[in-house]
Amino acid sequence: MLFASPALIVLGLFVIYPAYYTIRLAFYQGDFNFHLFHYLGLKNFKDLLTNDPDFLDTSKFHGFNIVKELVYKSDGGALINNVHWVIFYLSFSLIIGLGLAVLAVRVRYERAVKTAIFVPMAISATAVGIIWLFVYSPNPDTGLLNAIIHGFDNGFHPIAWVGRPSLVNYCLIFAYIWASVGFVMVVLSAAIKGIPAEIMEAARVDGAGEWNIFRRIMFPMLSLPISVVTVWLFVNVIKVFDIIYVMTSGGPGTSSRVIAFTMYEETFQNFSNTRGPGYGAAVAVIMLVLVAPVMVLNVRRFRSERVVT
Amino acid sequence: MATVDQAVPISAQTRSERLIRLITRTPIHFGLIAIAVIWLVPTVGLAITSFRKPNNIAATGWWHALTQWDWTLHNYGSVIHATGMGHAWVNSLIITLPATILPLTLGALAAFGFAWVPFPFRDTLFLAIIALMIVPIQTSLVPLLKLFRDWHLNSPHFGIGAFSFVGIWLAHTAFGLPLAVFLLRNFFITLPKDLIEAARMDGASNLAIFRRIVVPLSVPALASFGIFQFLWVWNDLLMALVFLAGQPDKAPMTVRIPYLLSTYGQEYNLLSAAAFLLMIVPLIVFFSLQRYFVQGLLAGSVKT
Repeated sequence: MLFASPALIVLGLFVIYPAYYTIRLAFYQGDFNFHLFHYLGLKNFKDLLTNDPDFLDTSKFHGFNIVKELVYKSDGGALINNVHWVIFYLSFSLIIGLGLAVLAVRVRYERAVKTAIFVPMAISATAVGIIWLFVYSPNPDTGLLNAIIHGFDNGFHPIAWVGRPSLVNYCLIFAYIWASVGFVMVVLSAAIKGIPAEIMEAARVDGAGEWNIFRRIMFPMLSLPISVVTVWLFVNVIKVFDIIYVMTSGGPGTSSRVIAFTMYEETFQNFSNTRGPGYGAAVAVIMLVLVAPVMVLNVRRFRSERVVT
Repeated sequence: MATVDQAVPISAQTRSERLIRLITRTPIHFGLIAIAVIWLVPTVGLAITSFRKPNNIAATGWWHALTQWDWTLHNYGSVIHATGMGHAWVNSLIITLPATILPLTLGALAAFGFAWVPFPFRDTLFLAIIALMIVPIQTSLVPLLKLFRDWHLNSPHFGIGAFSFVGIWLAHTAFGLPLAVFLLRNFFITLPKDLIEAARMDGASNLAIFRRIVVPLSVPALASFGIFQFLWVWNDLLMALVFLAGQPDKAPMTVRIPYLLSTYGQEYNLLSAAAFLLMIVPLIVFFSLQRYFVQGLLAGSVKT
């Protein structure tokens, strides 16, 4: 107890108590010294979900016409943007990361490929943002993406990639995928190497094709690491903030806001309107609720692992 | 029986079979190299840009610099001195070092307690710490800011400028601790039980066991967490933005660069040099301590 107490005190004082305070603040308007001022009940949450087009605008959302929504992204506010983040960031990170992990073990220059793809993982989101702003630059002479398309098609008019509400989210998502794929690859590649070689050999001897080996042996054996990575990506995408702050500040307008960005904006920047910091606290509570299942999952997983050992 | 027929060629490769193998595997090589190039090019482009003259950057894309050699270090000089990026680099270091050492120390002590010293509610508390790993920083920002203001932690005291950093050190410590305790406890518990029991029999105190046996045997795990936390804090933007707001002379690089972006928008000579200065520290850490770094990341996959 003596050994653990300094850590427990720090956690209690700087993580648990603040979380408790934030949950309470979400039911108040709050003042600029962050006191529990003017009780509002559930009004902050109600406003967020029904009365704040920057956070959730169901009128512009294509709703359950999923194909239309994914192809022609609606301007449905931060929450809908975050749903797009979850869908595209998770699926592409997993597919690219898994593909790389499976293919890289087959070549001799595995280490070099892995290093190249892993490097962005070490860089801060601030630097990633600058790197990709440069790639997306609207100037066809200096922006790599416009220059490449221009090279293929001379009549192409350069696009301000992060300046268009319809494109900006996907541009941000791709930059973030670029930064995260290395992690997915490394975790899954470690798991692939853990698959006993005899199983793969036996399947090959039995005449199984590479695709069948992947589908029937590798994929089932990778289900646990894939679920761990998926959870990691999900929590990551709920918390995504830095790269958006650096690249677009939520713009143009409010079209690239996400939940975490709204929390920052409403709490620390939005002094002009009648909403107090309680409004931002409500956004923080929504974030906490979204990641809460992951907490339960992790605790359960740890407990079941201990039963086995 | 057909299985045997098919198994034979695997060991005995003729020249034509090797050729077929090469052709069928070409798409793999092509795909892998293409992706590796896509992943490298943006970073390389930024690095090259940072060594080009401003008028060249404005006139042509960075890829032209590969054919017309016209390099300069001038961008680094101006970004370090004129825009205060050198000062911000030092701030980043002042923030990062204590914010790494503190959770490492407290975390190792707590992990030792959780692994080897029984105390009431130990397992329940450990499960709580696992849950805390996922708590978003956003849920604590406002109350922490209020707390640090109430305690007057966010301003210089006794003429010591570094006092302004106490708040952000504590915040990073608190949010690094759950992972530290989790990782280190899981490593400590794998240490040989006999060794620790024998030391206890010889009358060694818990503290002595921790210092003389557990810490020296756990250097890889301590290094993994230390590197992970170092990069986490060095790369952090949100906490610095909130806890050092209104004190531009205390801002780390991650805060200073977006500020540079908003004031000098299109001056890519300054931006690229600044971003490269920010990247260089993680890159050095990454390439020199790659093994520990990857281990730490793998083990830290539960945190985000």
